[in-house]
Amino acid sequence: MLRTEEMLLNVGPQHPSTHGVLRLVVKIDGERIVEVEPVIGYLHRGTEKLAEDLNYTQIIPYTDRMDYLSAMTNNYALVHAVEKMMGLEIPERADYLRVIVMELNRIASHLVWMGTYLLDIGAMSPFLYAFRDREQILSLFNELCGARLTYNYMRVGGVKWDAPPGWIEKADAFVDYLLPQMDEYHGLITGNEIFVRRTKGIGIVSQELAIQYALSGANLRVSGSDWDLRKKEPYSLYDRFQFDVPVGKNGDLYDKYLCRMQEIVESLKIVKQAIDQFPEKGTIMGKVPRVLRVPEGEIYTGIESPRGELGCHIVSKGKDKPWRLKFRRPSFYNLQILPTLLVGESISNLVAILGGIDIVLGEVDC
Amino acid sequence: MNPVLVMGPILLLFVVLGFVTMAILFERKVIGWIQMRPGPNRVGPWGILQTVADVLKLLIKEDIIPSKADKPLFKLAPAIAFIPAFAVLAVIPFTESLQFSQFAVGILYYLAVSSITIIGILMGGWASNNKYALLGAMRSAAQMISYEIPLVMSVVGIILSVGSLNLVEIVEAQKQVWFIFPQFLGFAVFFIASLSELNRTPFDLPEAESELVAGYHVEYTGFRFAFFMLSEYVYVFAMASLTTVLFLGGWNAPFGLTMIPGIVWFVLKFLLIVFSLFWIRATMPRVRVDQLMEFAWKVLLPVALFNILLTAVLQEVPYLDFLYRL
Repeated sequence: MLRTEEMLLNVGPQHPSTHGVLRLVVKIDGERIVEVEPVIGYLHRGTEKLAEDLNYTQIIPYTDRMDYLSAMTNNYALVHAVEKMMGLEIPERADYLRVIVMELNRIASHLVWMGTYLLDIGAMSPFLYAFRDREQILSLFNELCGARLTYNYMRVGGVKWDAPPGWIEKADAFVDYLLPQMDEYHGLITGNEIFVRRTKGIGIVSQELAIQYALSGANLRVSGSDWDLRKKEPYSLYDRFQFDVPVGKNGDLYDKYLCRMQEIVESLKIVKQAIDQFPEKGTIMGKVPRVLRVPEGEIYTGIESPRGELGCHIVSKGKDKPWRLKFRRPSFYNLQILPTLLVGESISNLVAILGGIDIVLGEVDC
Repeated sequence: MNPVLVMGPILLLFVVLGFVTMAILFERKVIGWIQMRPGPNRVGPWGILQTVADVLKLLIKEDIIPSKADKPLFKLAPAIAFIPAFAVLAVIPFTESLQFSQFAVGILYYLAVSSITIIGILMGGWASNNKYALLGAMRSAAQMISYEIPLVMSVVGIILSVGSLNLVEIVEAQKQVWFIFPQFLGFAVFFIASLSELNRTPFDLPEAESELVAGYHVEYTGFRFAFFMLSEYVYVFAMASLTTVLFLGGWNAPFGLTMIPGIVWFVLKFLLIVFSLFWIRATMPRVRVDQLMEFAWKVLLPVALFNILLTAVLQEVPYLDFLYRL
């Protein structure tokens, strides 16, 4: 018998497939993974501590930089918590704009996930196709608020900018464009034998395990649970729209892919309905005091970000600044299951399983 | 010594090198078109000098040898990977007259010499003293050795039909029917195995950038790195030429269109093969390493063996033997 040794492999923080500065200390025996330890914190900026010295409007740009692939939902998580605490009324037009940009941002985020995931698995073209379509969403946002990635769009009580003339029509045209485009993606990827063999039956998460690890978003729904905060605890205007919550059967990577692809379609449905119901006239800012003083107390609100439950916990002492601000970042919670999923797998599944979780390091480290 | 005999091969070598640089540009252009980008278009008209610029850039890069590397092996590895890539070109007949040397066991020579490259890759991965490089080189060795067997087996059908290992005679035997038709199974196995031999998508695991960063050449820089990449492209050239010779009738004209010279037909067929390689690269994801091995041993090899049996049996069938006994 040959004497074999376990090898310590350092994956990251500079590695093309860890989607940012995640570091994995992997112990491998041949090609089999024996132990994994994720090391995080390379992108930690102390957002939560910084927020204690900022008033509420000033915190909004910091939230952009957490989950930089869906900054709109991050904006919303904060302003939603503040509004709920202050009991503010939001003008309808502003609420519709918020829903439209949040859902468009969800589509953009899922497109990036799909593209980069296929890139991880070795297919190059889907990445460029996904970015071509995401680019249109970014242009829409650029026209709306002047930024492509860090929007700083929402304010406590409404949104900063009204939709410019013709913007709603453009968004509508984009929805009509992307729906048939999904068939192209399915034709290119979904039936591909190599892709199916690389993802089917890999990285299976049972419903029980998913709940134990507090997974949320597609990572939870893939195991069969239909937990979606937009349906279960509707916030904003989500109770006005007809949409389904896609769930998986087997809890494997292939189901995760199908789930997220279907979520794009559902989001498109929501955008379409929101555009149809969009009020012609109206203000975009509610009546808010000049200095936002949040009444003393604390609140936790959760919303459904593309990655899962994005929670915002504010503890206020009645000042214009939070006494303590805490974000429940879905990527951070979803990442915890990684060692459990990876042990015993082959090293060639490492990137596929890691990519399937869909983490954004800006959010993990916050 | 006859100056033609000396200068001819050297000229041909330059033609091949020029073609390789064009092939690299062609690949980037084709993949660019498929992905709705223009591809390289800055250096020279239509980006024609892009590869030249890339090679020049690599030439002037600092040559880094890791301090813990095995220096002699590290320096030797690119050469060992590179030399066989050019050596195999010697037996490829481009037309009846245009070839380096006519060799009685041409196909055997090609298969034998091309497998030397794997030693260079393994040496490079080992000498780098880098875990990613070692994993990449190990995978590469396992992959190339396992795919060489179906590759060789798929050619046996042709050799049975022709009764010769000489590539010129194999082309001559395809005057009536190209071997892609009677030897379709052989062609399928050969094409898939050659994709794997060339380390191309969907079998580009040795340099799978997502898992192994860059595979066996992760520690190489400058011109040594260029040698590895160049040898890969020369192999694309050689393998596409070999496929043309073995299965697409080499310089033989289809439909009796003999007024177009043979070299044009050869280049057209060759380009078709090269284009499909690029096309596949732009479309396919990457196979996982264990599935790769499974595929070689459990699918390709039995199919190739069945093809040999089929060819041997069909040779004895009246009316069909004109396809199989040439």
